[in-house]
Amino acid sequence: MWDRNQMAARAAQELQDGWYVNLGIGIPTLVSNYIPEGVEVTLQSENGMLGMGPFPVEGTEDADLINAGKQTITELPQTAYFDSAQSFAMIRGGKIAMAILGAMEVAENGDLANWMIPNKLVKGMGGAMDLVAGVGRVVVVMDHANKHGVSKVLKECTLPLTGKAVVDRIITNLGVLDVVEGGLKIVETADGVTEDELRAATEATIVG
Amino acid sequence: MKKVYSNAAEALDGLLHDGMFIAAGGFGLCGIPELLLDAIKDAGTKDLTFASNNAGVDDFGIGILLQTKQVKKMISSYVGENAEFMRQYLSKELELEFNPQGTLAERMRAGGAGIPGFFTKTGVGTVIAEGKFEKQFPTGPDGAMEDYIMEEGMFADLAIVKAWKADETGNLVFRKTARNFNAPAATCGKVCVVEVEEIVPTGSLDPDAIHLPGIYVHRIIQGTHEKRIEQRTTRPAA
Repeated sequence: MWDRNQMAARAAQELQDGWYVNLGIGIPTLVSNYIPEGVEVTLQSENGMLGMGPFPVEGTEDADLINAGKQTITELPQTAYFDSAQSFAMIRGGKIAMAILGAMEVAENGDLANWMIPNKLVKGMGGAMDLVAGVGRVVVVMDHANKHGVSKVLKECTLPLTGKAVVDRIITNLGVLDVVEGGLKIVETADGVTEDELRAATEATIVG
Repeated sequence: MKKVYSNAAEALDGLLHDGMFIAAGGFGLCGIPELLLDAIKDAGTKDLTFASNNAGVDDFGIGILLQTKQVKKMISSYVGENAEFMRQYLSKELELEFNPQGTLAERMRAGGAGIPGFFTKTGVGTVIAEGKFEKQFPTGPDGAMEDYIMEEGMFADLAIVKAWKADETGNLVFRKTARNFNAPAATCGKVCVVEVEEIVPTGSLDPDAIHLPGIYVHRIIQGTHEKRIEQRTTRPAA
């Protein structure tokens, strides 16, 4: 089974040289720690920045320089700033190669739910709906089951959707699954997890 | 025509009325028009509708107008940082219209550009699409038809914006990620009031480096900003 950092490291293997990428909040943010050597990617922050750098050294924080999670960050030599309309123009316009996002539920047809629990959690979708509608490839990184042990990889989502048929690949603590015709296909299993265990832990249809 | 005013209250004089629609810049607490929000609080204007990506925190940003119950409705993409907001929303004292972040930004941009409606893929197949006009366009692989929904441009009574620098004619320069919604919000207001950290003499900004031309800006004030940080994150010194 993979821990958070191992899931992030596995997700980092999805990155290709020259790509512009958007990383969501949570485990996806950790992906930037594992970018493979020789692979240059530019991170987009949807509040208006390309070329996101690491957190600042204490004492150098700048209130005018934050990421989409409202954390203080730094700029890089290649950084460019722009306004929110321009930011989502490049997202909707298909210029961002990939988004790596967290999720509450994913369905076997690629439906994604990650923005609200009715009557319980009312926070908003932020930029997630625009990202999944616009970027080239959507990779979800999440725990395979919720805290009650129930599969989050489902035949159909029960929560309000963020996007319909938008997810390409799912990376969980148990392995990697691709959304294909008719269901999900196992790409690989996590260390110490068998294919049977992955199947048993998944409510969605697994094909092949 | 003089655009420079001496303080926020003076810059808003004659512009505020109960029930009005205000577009505000800012993302989280970054680049919010904090001085103008304070002045709206002092003016006591009620039943406001705000288009703003976020609703501030309990004691800063639009949060201060929630405390005083001056806000009737929020149009936002994310409101998770504000407990008072949640309380008023769940008790139905406050209306909330969620807009996907890019749709909100484009609604402001489109309104300011005289475009009353546009089509987007964002939100297709979700609750956001409910009740909206749908149309297909041949944007898929090999010209395959894809679903789009129509969203409307935004036309606000007033835009309140924070920039870094302005010249006396209202040409604006923003700083780093504090630009965010400020530029599109500025364009969609019938009147746009801007607060800056520094007003510089006309002619001292590089005309090639102006982020928003002064045609969009009607009134300007200079002031001292708290610029609060929401999530202070650091790494150890090397």
